[in-house]
Amino acid sequence: MRVRKNIATSDEGFLFNPTTGDSFSTNPIGTEIILLMKKDRTSKDIVDAICEKYDVDRALFERDLDDFTLQLKEFSLLE
Amino acid sequence: MEKQRYERPVILKMNTGLMNKFGTKTENEPVTHIESVPVKSLLSEYGSPLFVISEKQIRRNMQNAKRIFKTRYPKVRFAWSYKTNYMNAVCRIFHQEGSWAEVVSGFEYQKALGNGVPGEKIIFNGPDKTDEDLIAAAKNNSLIHIDHYDELYSLIRLSEELDLHPRVAIRVNMDTGIYPKWDRFGFNFENGQAWNALTRILNSKNLDLVGLHCHIGTFMLSTNAYATATRNLCELAWAAKERYNKMVEYIDLGGGFPSTNTLKGAYLPGTDTVPSIDQFADAITDVVLTYGFRQEEMPTLVLESGRALIDDAGYLLGTVLATKRLSDGRRATVLDFGLNSLFTSLWYEHKISPAKQHGSQTEEMVLFGPLCMNIDVVRESVVLPLLEKGDQLVVHKVGAYNMTQWMQFITMRPNIVLIDKDNNTHIIRKAETLEYIEQLEQIPDHLK
Repeated sequence: MRVRKNIATSDEGFLFNPTTGDSFSTNPIGTEIILLMKKDRTSKDIVDAICEKYDVDRALFERDLDDFTLQLKEFSLLE
Repeated sequence: MEKQRYERPVILKMNTGLMNKFGTKTENEPVTHIESVPVKSLLSEYGSPLFVISEKQIRRNMQNAKRIFKTRYPKVRFAWSYKTNYMNAVCRIFHQEGSWAEVVSGFEYQKALGNGVPGEKIIFNGPDKTDEDLIAAAKNNSLIHIDHYDELYSLIRLSEELDLHPRVAIRVNMDTGIYPKWDRFGFNFENGQAWNALTRILNSKNLDLVGLHCHIGTFMLSTNAYATATRNLCELAWAAKERYNKMVEYIDLGGGFPSTNTLKGAYLPGTDTVPSIDQFADAITDVVLTYGFRQEEMPTLVLESGRALIDDAGYLLGTVLATKRLSDGRRATVLDFGLNSLFTSLWYEHKISPAKQHGSQTEEMVLFGPLCMNIDVVRESVVLPLLEKGDQLVVHKVGAYNMTQWMQFITMRPNIVLIDKDNNTHIIRKAETLEYIEQLEQIPDHLK
């Protein structure tokens, strides 16, 4: 679960895919997840990090992360 | 360290050149209270989903409509359209505000009597009146609006047999320049049928012609159509006066004024496109005032407005059951109310607001009801904050037709709560129970 190397990401949640020319925006949690993915963190690491920082039930976040990852795949942002 | 507020991660592809020039409206402003009562406490006390009606808003609407018409024309009478919302508590508010009752079936007629409306203040419309209905209405001196020749001849026969003298009007249909033309109710104006029916009444010994009625359509967006309808009724009234020396007491323009809901497929929201009641009042009263009637023979103007007076007094509160992603990537949100309770979601793109403050992030979604049926769609596309299971929502302008046309289908119908003038809450119809649903069923012996 790694974000493609050529995807440009900003800290403000803006993503750009130079291969297709597509741009994306994410909310702050989405940005954090993408930055963690770029650092090759595992799903478990990401769940630990987000649940540590935010007031969220672990099961709920795991489900939301699955859905978010599915969207990244749909948009061809993952390797 | 205190943890930060969570919001579901979301990513949106940015598109250019696809938006309409007005942009996509985002419903992100929370509605936390109805009148001064918190949505959260309403749902915890009365369950979800829940219909809520504001008594204050009904009275405001009624007083506003009366003021608008009465400042333009001296003799105006409103008759509450029972089919729009015939909860007894709602009807009684309208009657307290001076409205008569307008009913379209024997069942509604009995409800009006039960609500204490004197017989002579009940208008009985519609194509379905049994002999028993006609006899009761005639004996109570109610205003019987005749819909077709079969009814006319039934009434003549009954009045002769029983020596009754019913007060009657005819319903007239006509071409007012709108589509579809409602010609299935009443007698046609253009082909002379309406005049023939009038002469039949005026030549009868027992029937007393007191009024003329029309109802040109529903959710009317054209004020000109009302001017045309008024002119045609005035023409019939004038002809009856000239040829039979009989001046009718009233002309009844029916209802059909729209609320500010947005019809499906409309490009702009209803709040921007729907004419105000003032504009309808101008169109109607200008015609009557200038038609040429003498001061003392000016007919009373009767209006049977329903939707425009109740829609924005009604709310449906509900809860998110689940969120999911569809195969094409769209977000889907499943709610605990569907088109079985929110029947008008078949016609309107209802405004729906979150009941609490969410983050600034929003997403487009489809809103589904809880029914295990593919047709159960509340909104095909709406932009709302990132919703989670358990979040509460408020649907606006649901006061008209939902609490009469709702279906007991798959789930049971919920509580209806009235918020009174002092912001006290009262259940005006209890949520249904299995026992209530099954009380009319009977099981044959061989299946016991």
